[in-house]
Amino acid sequence: MCLGIPGQIIEITDPDRLMAMADVSGVRREVSVACILDGPIDGLIGKWTLIHVGFAMSVIDEAEAAATLEALHGLGEAQETLEQMREGAKALEAGA
Amino acid sequence: MRYVEEFRDPKAAKVLLAEIAKVADEIGATPEKPVHIMEICGGHTHAIFRYGLDRLTHPGIEFIHGPGCPVCVLPMARVDECVEIAEQDNVIFTTFGDAMRVPGTKKSLLQAKADGADIRMVYSPLDALELARRHPEKEVVFFGLGFETTTPSTALSIQQAAREGLTNFSVFCNHIAVPPPIRVLLSDPHMVLDGFIGPGHVSMVIGIHPYDFIAEEFGKPIVVAGFEPVDLLQSVLMVLTQIRDGRAEVENQYARVVPEHGNPVSLAAIADVYEPRPSFAWRGLGEIDASGLCIRPKYAAYDAEAKFGIGYGAKRARDVAEPEGTGCALVMTGRIKPTGCALFGTTCTPENPLGALMVSSEGVCAAYYQYGGRRTPDPATEAAE
Ligand code: SF4
Repeated sequence: MCLGIPGQIIEITDPDRLMAMADVSGVRREVSVACILDGPIDGLIGKWTLIHVGFAMSVIDEAEAAATLEALHGLGEAQETLEQMREGAKALEAGA
Repeated sequence: MRYVEEFRDPKAAKVLLAEIAKVADEIGATPEKPVHIMEICGGHTHAIFRYGLDRLTHPGIEFIHGPGCPVCVLPMARVDECVEIAEQDNVIFTTFGDAMRVPGTKKSLLQAKADGADIRMVYSPLDALELARRHPEKEVVFFGLGFETTTPSTALSIQQAAREGLTNFSVFCNHIAVPPPIRVLLSDPHMVLDGFIGPGHVSMVIGIHPYDFIAEEFGKPIVVAGFEPVDLLQSVLMVLTQIRDGRAEVENQYARVVPEHGNPVSLAAIADVYEPRPSFAWRGLGEIDASGLCIRPKYAAYDAEAKFGIGYGAKRARDVAEPEGTGCALVMTGRIKPTGCALFGTTCTPENPLGALMVSSEGVCAAYYQYGGRRTPDPATEAAE
């Protein structure tokens, strides 16, 4: 939970709440872009960011994103984070 | 150099390893008189073991594993309080998966869930917020846990809940800060620390200046580092070079992600929602002044401590001793290696953790268990002598 994971912003989902859809290694996840906003929100589409527990924390370049993903895969952290994203989606649906 | 071929850039790694060996020799570092470098972050601990960096680097370099795994420093009392909140009727308790298996005095959150409590693993506090929107009839509590990397996420979620006027969402705040325990360790006469590898993603939020005291007051070098093996090797080299040249500075090896002054939006959200507690308890380190955060009174409606009268919000503090025979406190402060704990690998394993250091992959006991100890079997009290 301490390491961020790279993802690409593909769509703005809620400009009022500053939410966007990110593609994280093929998993789609809605994230907050509040921390990286610097100009019009549409300008973020296509950008690579480092995402930490659902918040894009830093804009990075594509090469850095690829290198970080590889490092996280080596540590098993990428797989773990993607699993947590899926769990998170399930938690919203599950009944008590 | 068995593992080096596995690196993304083995050639760069070899050059760095040779350079590290050269500078270590120039300093006169030997296995008997090693240079002690503490990696603060549990993510770095994990990477060092995974890539065998402790074995690949010059034998005169001794890595001391720091307190930077938020799950590992969580006192048992906090786990008990989570269980107590989670077991109340009408509560949906949400947490990062990492905290599920941390033992409490009676049970972990995983066991409480098996016993019927509505506990849900979420990826983000935003998921907890969404649960609160979907279940207005329930109290949704999020277990806010983690260092400065995670703190902005709960601060921003609380601000969002306030904007929406949600009344059934609260955070059990256990956020902690990286610099205070480092000050404690540096002030401990038993610790020998010659330099630090600083946490990358924490620094992305707070910048590099909160570490100035390490260089200025204690005269030790610190280099903020990324997570690729080559990042870590380069940072070790930068620390050694500072030592050789008699410098003590805060350097930033990870400038491609870490801005000097951090992330302004995150810092503003943290300052708006949280304030430092007078002190906070760390497993193995005890109470540390101003090391934890609590929710400011203006957001009291979102504070689970106030809502449930629990934790530091309780009338009487909960006093829970750590289980007998565990070496966690000694490992936490670098006085023994995990293999020096009598329970390591026998009664305490990743499947059945007795101590929190065995729970998360960022905990040093779990890393030792998974990847095997380093070349010296147990330099036990070396640091204390
Ligand atoms: S082996 Fe288990 S009990 Fe011993 S120090 Fe590590 S986590 Fe604590």
